[in-house]
Amino acid sequence: MINKVVSGAEEAIRDISDGATIMLGGFGLCGIPENCINALVKKQVKQLTCISNNAGVDDFGIGLMLKQRQLKKMISSYVGENAEFERQLLSGELEVDLIPQGTLATRCLAAGYGMPAIFTPAGVGTEVAEGKEIRNFNGKDYLMEYAFDADFAIVKAWKGDTAGNLMFRSTSRNFNPVMAMAGKVTIAEVEELVEAGELDPDHIHTPGIYVHRIFQGKDYEKRIEQRTVRKSGV
Amino acid sequence: MFSKEEIAQRIAKEIKDGYYVNLGIGIPTLVANYIPKGINVVLQSENGLLGMGPFPFEGEEDADLINAGKQTITTLPGSSIFDSAMSFGMIRAQKVDLTILGAMEVSENGDIANWKIPGKMVKGMGGAMDLVASAKNIIVAMQHINKAGESKLLPQCTLPLTGVKCIKKIVTELAVLDVLPEGGFKLLERAPGVSIEFIQQSTAGRLVVEGEIPEMRLD
Repeated sequence: MINKVVSGAEEAIRDISDGATIMLGGFGLCGIPENCINALVKKQVKQLTCISNNAGVDDFGIGLMLKQRQLKKMISSYVGENAEFERQLLSGELEVDLIPQGTLATRCLAAGYGMPAIFTPAGVGTEVAEGKEIRNFNGKDYLMEYAFDADFAIVKAWKGDTAGNLMFRSTSRNFNPVMAMAGKVTIAEVEELVEAGELDPDHIHTPGIYVHRIFQGKDYEKRIEQRTVRKSGV
Repeated sequence: MFSKEEIAQRIAKEIKDGYYVNLGIGIPTLVANYIPKGINVVLQSENGLLGMGPFPFEGEEDADLINAGKQTITTLPGSSIFDSAMSFGMIRAQKVDLTILGAMEVSENGDIANWKIPGKMVKGMGGAMDLVASAKNIIVAMQHINKAGESKLLPQCTLPLTGVKCIKKIVTELAVLDVLPEGGFKLLERAPGVSIEFIQQSTAGRLVVEGEIPEMRLD
């Protein structure tokens, strides 16, 4: 067994330097790699290209990196919850590539599956299609979209083992498994790290071959964006 | 004239037993409250859940369990969880029977714009472009007229498009309309107390009115 364990977020991100392209898992604030984001903020690494579905909120998640102007470019599908993002975008300080969510996920998947490109109907006839190759299959137009090429993928899992195998919990799974497959170097932070052999091989979502570094994170805040409840007894 | 809740209630009548349905943010989310009793419907949330249940009871919120609107939710017996690529895989492969979403503009040939106001609102398309490009059946839930008093049913969209020739049905506070394959909004039903003349005035695109137009019923 190859041991993938590192001491923590600082060691995990040690070689992420200015100008790197990184993927960050999560949907909204659900399932984001909090420890690594905080370490990147502390390290003040700059000129990053960041591939992530959302951009956090103003004072949490990727929003913290935006505040410090650490990002050169953001590739996302929805950034509606972050005022600083919108400001940097409209002022031209931040380069932004907004792409359909399914395209984002599938470009990760393609990278992890060793396929150079995908064909999707999402965006045909819209400004997303500008400059892209269109192919017609069975009477319907599809855009050719390239697999992502990311230096690092940083994901958050529920449980992991020392061999790098990952299990996710509930909808915090979202982009994490497909991004885990897509990085040249993949870093996983987990809520609970166990010895190899303790996780049932049948229940592994991401096989350890895709994961290069793993550590047990700490002090998870797991912030909720929209706390919606119903009254008990109704 | 219909309230947002009544628009949602009218749309719920389009949902049939055995449907897998994706509900967008806004009025579409309300549709979940009016699904007819006695039919089995599975709600898909594109962040990776089939079988979306109601909001949790106070104190039972789980930060790891949210819907595409980032709201805390619950699962139901029979629910399943998957990653984002599979979620859009099932959408692209047309396994989802019905998509209900909001819009800023719809054109008479079925184009939809709902993600961007150049120079103003920059939020992104989220999953909307994937959904409208692949869904078998799409219903738009929206106001007939925008806050500036302008019609949202147009000959051509003026805002950047989300998808082309994809919308089949629209339900607004004034009317239920089909988008005709050859172009045009065919008036099917009008909200109680709303005249055909008023719907005509409120529709900038070509409105097709044939025969008696009944009032919308919610029961």
